[in-house]
Amino acid sequence: MFNFHYRLERNAMGLVLAIVVVASIGGLIEIAPLFTIDETVEDAPDMRVYTPLELAGRNIYIREGCYACHSQMIRTLRDEVERYGPYSLAVESKYDHPMLWGSKRTGPDIARLGGKYSNEWHVAHLYNPRDLVPESKMPAYRWLMRNSLKIGDLGEHLAAMRAVGVPYTDEMIANATADAYGQANPDSTQAAGVTARYGEATNVSLFDGKPETLTEMDAIVAYLQILGRLTDVAHKTEQASVE
Amino acid sequence: MSVGERDPVTGHMTTGHEWNGIKELHTPVPKPVWFFLIAFTLFGVIWVLLMPSFPYGTGYFKGWLGVDQKQTLAERLQEGSADRAAWVARIESEDFATILKDADLMPIVRETGHTLFGDNCAACHGIGGTGNSGYPNLGAAPMLWGDDPQTIAETITVGINGDDPQTRVSQMLAFGRDQMLERPAILQLVTYVRSLSGLEERTAENAAAIDAGRELFAQNCVSCHGEDAKGQKDVGAPDLTDHFWTYGSGREAVYQSIYGGRQGHMPSWGLRLSPLDIKILTLYITDLREQRRATGGSGT
Repeated sequence: MFNFHYRLERNAMGLVLAIVVVASIGGLIEIAPLFTIDETVEDAPDMRVYTPLELAGRNIYIREGCYACHSQMIRTLRDEVERYGPYSLAVESKYDHPMLWGSKRTGPDIARLGGKYSNEWHVAHLYNPRDLVPESKMPAYRWLMRNSLKIGDLGEHLAAMRAVGVPYTDEMIANATADAYGQANPDSTQAAGVTARYGEATNVSLFDGKPETLTEMDAIVAYLQILGRLTDVAHKTEQASVE
Repeated sequence: MSVGERDPVTGHMTTGHEWNGIKELHTPVPKPVWFFLIAFTLFGVIWVLLMPSFPYGTGYFKGWLGVDQKQTLAERLQEGSADRAAWVARIESEDFATILKDADLMPIVRETGHTLFGDNCAACHGIGGTGNSGYPNLGAAPMLWGDDPQTIAETITVGINGDDPQTRVSQMLAFGRDQMLERPAILQLVTYVRSLSGLEERTAENAAAIDAGRELFAQNCVSCHGEDAKGQKDVGAPDLTDHFWTYGSGREAVYQSIYGGRQGHMPSWGLRLSPLDIKILTLYITDLREQRRATGGSGT
């Protein structure tokens, strides 16, 4: 064995080839699983993309560092499945760039938070968590209520997402700003466009309870209310494995 | 191969190479490094063989142990439900009144219900169901839609203004914002409504306001809250004569309720929880209310 290396060191071409072989092992280990990605990632034909308002909320979620305390990944463990619902599937993060699975669980996992509480609850809770949960140690995010939401550039955010593979249409990109406004104002003329483009089930609502302003609170609550609801494939998968 | 020689200072052999008179010591790799290198390599090889590891063209190597996390989870979940099977069957089959009197089942209901309530309901209604501003006190206040167990279970299942197509629907109109009443009229109503539960005593100053408020109440409010202001459970309109106030009893809060209306929202838990979970929660809440009544705590 040591003699082999002794000879290899003295053969230029042999040494180059050996280096190439050894260096490619790491790459292979990373790349080879992608060859079978069609088999390992589930299908979710009914899955919809984030609306512009939800995407804006997602950006706020990232900006405020929510992922530092909340994970979005229900693991295949009995206590997590019994508490939160079906375990997370790879396909559910298909449109997440970057993914926000997180690993620090200071707060509860919020992968299936969407629809669990009302909009009013989320607004009150983000404004001051201790008003509702006295023992909470979550910071208060009052400025979300005050900051008006920047929606002029949402079309570019959508275009950036499309560049990394999220199937936004030209129409969605062109109407991003109007859709963001419409989703938070059910009585506005723009609201109809949101359901036309993103599906009837889209949550069009006065998220922060105020029709006259579009705030960051609207966006983050819209995002929190869609968590785990882009597709219901996880619920079907669990049922299949129980049967 | 050049020949090494022993270095007189360190006692090590040299490699035998020489660069302008400089020689290199041939110091061996320390034994522990070899040991750990070999041990970890062996462990790696064995692990790759035992566990799901490497992909083929189609599919992947499943490992000699046949470990599958999803399968393991399904087994764990089944073990869990097998552990619970004995009492689950009884809770599912027996009716509310029987279970509530059952000294064997109720400790289980209290323990399981506490966890379920804490994870799903306490965020709004508070630990122990004491309520919050905007979220009714479940331990003591009269239930808006009725407080017999069947009705509570139904309310939890379909929710209030929730996503379920069968959801209970209730909306208090925005009398001020939608310009049905002017500000002075609302103020008179506030005085009258607060006087119903004794929050405002009738005095010489407010007598006129109370009388005017009574008129306004008869014109605008009785269709939901009833002639006697005791509310109607089939539309979820609260009793205004008791001392429980979902949104607060101060003049400001009552004004806000009349001016902007209220449309409380409770999620349709039937879409998230199993019928068994809902039955346990119903029993837990009913039990909570009975205990609260027995100890005489009002817990507003």
